Order: sequence, then structure tokens, then C-alpha cells
Amino acid sequence: MKTLIRNMSPRGDAAGEDLSGHPSDIPLAVHDLTVAYHRKPVIWDVDLDIPEGKLVGIVGPNGAGKSTLMKACLDLIPKTSGEVAIYGKSYRSQRRMVGYVPQRESVDWDFPVSALDVVAMGTYRQLGWLRPVGRRQKEQAMDALEQVGIGHLAKRQIRQLSGGQQQRVFLARALAQDAKVYFMDEPFAAVDAATEEAIVKLLRTLNERGKTCLVVHHDLATVSSYFDWLVLLNMRVVASGPTKEVFTAANLEKTYGGHLSLIDDALRALRNVVE
Amino acid sequence: MSWTSFDTWIVVAGALCAVACALPGCFLVLRRMSMMGDAISHAVLPGLAAAFMITGSRTSLAMFIGAAAVGVLTALFTQWISRFGNVDRGAAMGIVFTTLFAIGLLMIRRAAGRVDLDPGCVLYGAIELTPLDTVALGPLEVPRVVVVMGMVLLLNLAMVGLLFKELRLSAFDPGLSDTLGFSSRLLHYLLMTVVAVTTVAAFEAVGSIIVIAMLIVPAGAALLLTHRLVPMLLIACGVAAVSSLMGHWLAIEVPSWFGMEATNSSGMMAVAAGLLFGMAWLFGREGGLVARLGRGARVSKEIDRAPRHGTEREESRPLP
Repeated sequence: MKTLIRNMSPRGDAAGEDLSGHPSDIPLAVHDLTVAYHRKPVIWDVDLDIPEGKLVGIVGPNGAGKSTLMKACLDLIPKTSGEVAIYGKSYRSQRRMVGYVPQRESVDWDFPVSALDVVAMGTYRQLGWLRPVGRRQKEQAMDALEQVGIGHLAKRQIRQLSGGQQQRVFLARALAQDAKVYFMDEPFAAVDAATEEAIVKLLRTLNERGKTCLVVHHDLATVSSYFDWLVLLNMRVVASGPTKEVFTAANLEKTYGGHLSLIDDALRALRNVVE
Repeated sequence: MSWTSFDTWIVVAGALCAVACALPGCFLVLRRMSMMGDAISHAVLPGLAAAFMITGSRTSLAMFIGAAAVGVLTALFTQWISRFGNVDRGAAMGIVFTTLFAIGLLMIRRAAGRVDLDPGCVLYGAIELTPLDTVALGPLEVPRVVVVMGMVLLLNLAMVGLLFKELRLSAFDPGLSDTLGFSSRLLHYLLMTVVAVTTVAAFEAVGSIIVIAMLIVPAGAALLLTHRLVPMLLIACGVAAVSSLMGHWLAIEVPSWFGMEATNSSGMMAVAAGLLFGMAWLFGREGGLVARLGRGARVSKEIDRAPRHGTEREESRPLP
């Protein structure tokens, strides 16, 4: 009935903030989500249901709204309409379930903090207001740094790290958050091969522990080997489902439509996969 | 020259103002909104005038409330104008603080005659007169300014001490701060309020020039000398305190070399802070000019001696 009301309502969001219609075992459910900057829609009427324990690639051309989708899910930018449920409830009440890895350029790397300080920020949620970072949080942070393979760089100021190492610091911070769903905005952007490998290993580890990871990704050649679930996005959701079913020439053409060279790249990538 | 207890109190008052400003100043600099200190220190004028007109007195409490209100308003207006007017943040700040400052001036002129608020006094302050206005603190006769600034300093210390991790997080990564439930906007307004209150308290004593200088210059100098936040805060406080002592001494001493009378101390304190910044820039361990030139020479010598691949050098370099 609720779905019926939602479908019948003119804006599609008659259910409003009432999220009781969403099952509580689904890490991320997005319904009728539209986000607009200065009245221009960036994502339009997005519907998504992401099952638990998947490595999810979010793929689409530049300006398709991949980052916007993530930020809207995390209340970092206002939604024009629609709703997002994390395990059946609004994000506000589920913060501790969610880990966020923003794009690397989003922060000032000259900031006077060490790698360990940044990773320890992941534990602030469990600390809450006013309580200072203690030895337990530092150990947790150190542990996370070891897991991404840069424990020996803990004391360095973050400017003194390479781009790949900086990316690993961000991932270690998400690890220290100990969330159930991770949102990662282009973790593979401009990193060296060793870091890419480390990130993939980390994703697999998280996956084995039953975590759900949503990853904005660019490289079509690696999509099918990294992710078992795929969301193709170009303002709207072109397709969403198991990578094997969704990663098809027809879908890619729909996603990248008009950008001929990109389609060629995509088709080549696809052919590589088939071979 | 003869150093009297008068001079000591002037230096203490100046140092308390300077250190109280330097603490929130560090976070302003790190948030890349150094000009916000400048803006707020001007924009509080209508708050002061309004507080005076309503209560008819110059009691500190009314002034603080007026200032805090306008501090938050400045931050709010700036945000609105830059968002809805589609104007760059710096320009929005310029619009807000000049307008508010002008309104403040008009209010003071309107009330002139009835009001003992002097715009000139706001700019230069009257630090030389502070030891004359004393209150009894137990057996001790302490200048009122020292008591007020001491309390403001304690307030700022408490804020930085209690909210250290929150302030650091929201300055470094506001997005993460928000997703973790530490509203970066709330912390922003809190910082603005603290800056406004500190500004007003210091205003009366030492004028706005030293306030604007001490919000930014010690923090800037400290950032050249370290890349850790706690040492940065400590160094900034040190620079602030030393510039107060140095400034007062220079204000008495330097003019006498040319056979002139002592000059304005608070102005000279700001100059001293600038000098200390220059020294940090020249001789700083990390970002200092001399160190950089030296490092350049060393590196080129190293390259001459043992040409190796950059990556190997990166790996073999000992951890700092």
C-alpha cells in the first residue's frame, strides 16, 4: 500500500520522512532521490537497493552525479526530493553504521596533523563530544594503519606522504570507524600500482567481514574483477545489479551515450573481460 | 629607562590580550578564514553601540552579549550572502563587515554627546592607561583589564582544551566532522562567538590593531615553525606573549634613541609580532628561508656526490 501511495503521489515522496517501509536488512535503500544545484538536476529520480555484503562499483561518465549521490546519501548536501535509508532508518540515526572516504582533494594536506592523528579521527564517533583521544583510540588507529601497510609512517605530517600513502591514510581512517557500510569516493584516483593493490586487498578483507562497500570508480577495465555488484549512473540509474548481468555493451552505451571514444574504451574493456 | 610596576602591568595586560587572541586565531588560520577575525573585530561595533544604547552603561556583560550576537550574525550573513547571492566568500565578508561597521559608526554619531564611546579609542586603545583603573583582588590592586582578560583567556583555554579534537576535526575535514555527528557549522559559530567576545574584551584595553594582529600573526609564525597542532598552539601563545613584552620595550626605547617621547605601546606590540613572524620566516626549521636555501645547497651537493634514484632516497630517508 505504501509503495502504491508513493507511486501515486505527484512528487513521489508522499511517504516523507517515514522510512518504515524500508527493510532493515538492506544497507542502502534510495528512493526517488533527486538533487539539484541552482535548480539544475544533477541526479534525477534515483532508485537503488544495495544488498548486504557486496562490493559495489558506482560507474558513470564525468558529471554523472556519482559523488553527488554519495554526498546526498550522507546528508552532506540537501536533497531536492526523495529519501535514503541506511538499514531501514534515516542516516541521522545510523551514523555509526557508516564510514565515509571523501575524495583526496577535499582536504588541506598542509594541515598540522600526523597520519596517526588523521586515522584516529575515525574513532571520534565512539568517543562523542568532549572526551579526548586516549591510548585505546591510538592503538586502534595504529592497527588500521598497519592493515593498509603504512604503520611505519604513523608519525609523519600528512604532506610528507605520497599521494598513494595519503589515500591509504584515508582508508585506514574509515577502517578505524568500524562501520558496516562504507562510502568511498574515488579511492583509486591517481594512486600508484602498489596502493591500488593495497586498496583492493582491503576491500576484499572488508567484504570477508561482511561489510558493504560502495566505491565510485573510473577504470572500466578493472570493474568486473573488483566488484560483484555494479551501479551504472548517468544522472539516472541506467542499471543496477550483479556485475555479470549489468556490465553489458548495451548498458555501457546507454551510460556513456554520445561520448564515442568512451564507448570504444568501454567496449574494449568489455572485450578484454570476455577474452 | 626606568621600569616601573606600571610597565609590568601594561605588559601583562598586553600579553593576556595577545595570548587570548592567539588561541582562537590558530583555528581561524587553519580554517583559511584569517580575514574573519578582521571582519568580526570591525563588525562588533554596532553590537557595542546597541548594547550601550539599550542598557545605558558600559558594563562588560552587556558589551559581551552585544558582541557575541553580532559575531554570530557576521558569520551568518556572510554565509547567506555567499550562498544566495552567489558571491565569493571573501567578497561576502567584505560586504558584511563594512556595512556593519558603518552602521556602528552611525549609531555612535547619533548618540554622540550622550555617549562616551570614542571611535578613535576603539582603533588605538589606551593600554598606557590600563594600570590606572584597578580593582581589588584580595590584597592586590590589579588593573581591571587584567582581570577581564584573564577570565577571557581562561574561557578560551577551556574551549580549546575541551573541544580540541572537535575543533581540529572540523577544521581539517568538515565533511567527516558532519558525518560523525560533530556539526561543523555549530563549531564554526562557536569559534566566531569566541573570537567576537575576545575581540571586544581586548578592544577596550588595547585597541583593534593589536587584536587583528594577534589573531593571525602568532598563528602564522607558529605554522612556519612546526607541523603539529599542539606545538603550534604553544608557539603561537609564546610569540604573542613575547611580542607584548618586546613591543612595550621598543615603544619606550626606540623613540628615545632619536630623542623623542615614547610611542603607542599596542601599536608597537603588533609591530613586534610582525618582526617575530619575519624571524620565523627567515630562520624557521621547516619552512624558513635560510633552512630552505641550506637544504637546497645540501641536496645539490648530495646529488653531485651520489646520484641515486629519487624513489630510493625517499625510502632511505630516516623518519623525522
